Amino acid sequence: MTWTSIIIAGIITYFTRMTMVALVDRDLLGERIKAVLAYVPSAVFPAIIFPGIFINDYGTFIEMNDPKIFGAIVAILVGYFSRNVIATILSGLFSYWIIIFLL
Amino acid sequence: MFTKKQLLTKGLLSVAPHMFSVIPFGIVCGAIGIELGFSPLLVYAMSIIIFGGASQIVFLQLLSGGASTLIAVTSVGVINSRHLLYGAVLSEYLEKLSFVKKLLISYLVVDQGFAESNKFFQKNKNEPYLHYHLLGSGGTLWIFWQLSTLAGIILGSFVPEELGLKFAVPLTFIAIVVQDLKKLDHVIVMITCGLSSLLFFDAPFKSYIIISPIIALFVAALVLRLKK
Repeated sequence: MTWTSIIIAGIITYFTRMTMVALVDRDLLGERIKAVLAYVPSAVFPAIIFPGIFINDYGTFIEMNDPKIFGAIVAILVGYFSRNVIATILSGLFSYWIIIFLL
Repeated sequence: MFTKKQLLTKGLLSVAPHMFSVIPFGIVCGAIGIELGFSPLLVYAMSIIIFGGASQIVFLQLLSGGASTLIAVTSVGVINSRHLLYGAVLSEYLEKLSFVKKLLISYLVVDQGFAESNKFFQKNKNEPYLHYHLLGSGGTLWIFWQLSTLAGIILGSFVPEELGLKFAVPLTFIAIVVQDLKKLDHVIVMITCGLSSLLFFDAPFKSYIIISPIIALFVAALVLRLKK
């Protein structure tokens, strides 16, 4: 039963990837929609970023002094000025760990 | 003009830095599956069949928590529905491919690969073999996702929970969007999406992950109209 459901979930997931690439004719989308689609990264990724910072494993809001907020601020500043992905990720992780393990 | 091999390499290199997030998250993903009591084979098979980190964890957590398979499958579908938006963006660059090639390359459309290849596509619209970049980025992510979930399955409970490795996930996406903070219109769209995701976090089937982008895209349409 679990196997069947994994395969169904896999097929559904594949369709989410494939439908717009292979089945939908690009010309069906008007110029206005294409202009809006340029915002897709900015419109999607914060839905992964915000809950990843502000909501804990139990589905409740974190405290305002949670180390993840500090880590995220450091990562944003480092990322903004360094334009470097590795520096962004590691600065965020290390500043988070420093607060957890040292303070 | 770039050769196919150059594009493949560029795709690979564009996602390579994200491995600092993909590998820890893959390890956590494999370890959680084992910890929840699922068989190693089943946990690993998900990385090939579903190939979507967050949805794999949610699926196993729901099942182990006693949810029905219908709820678990629906949640995976809802979480991964964001790929429809990636596909809509990418289709412009992939439209010259044959139908079969479109079917094959679609399997490799994932968050970071989409983000990095899309950045490259925007600057190099007229390259003839653009899809090789996506092949490089998506293929690299696929390989490392397989290896890291396997590592997590083997390491299992040896992965210390206190490290909070899942925190690498928001960080990798911060790295992707952080330069767009320079543009006010993008900032408005990002904040709309982020706040909506917190507001709708408890909506059924994890649907905040698609509800908030839709709200944010409506706001983007509004912003575009005001800019004119």
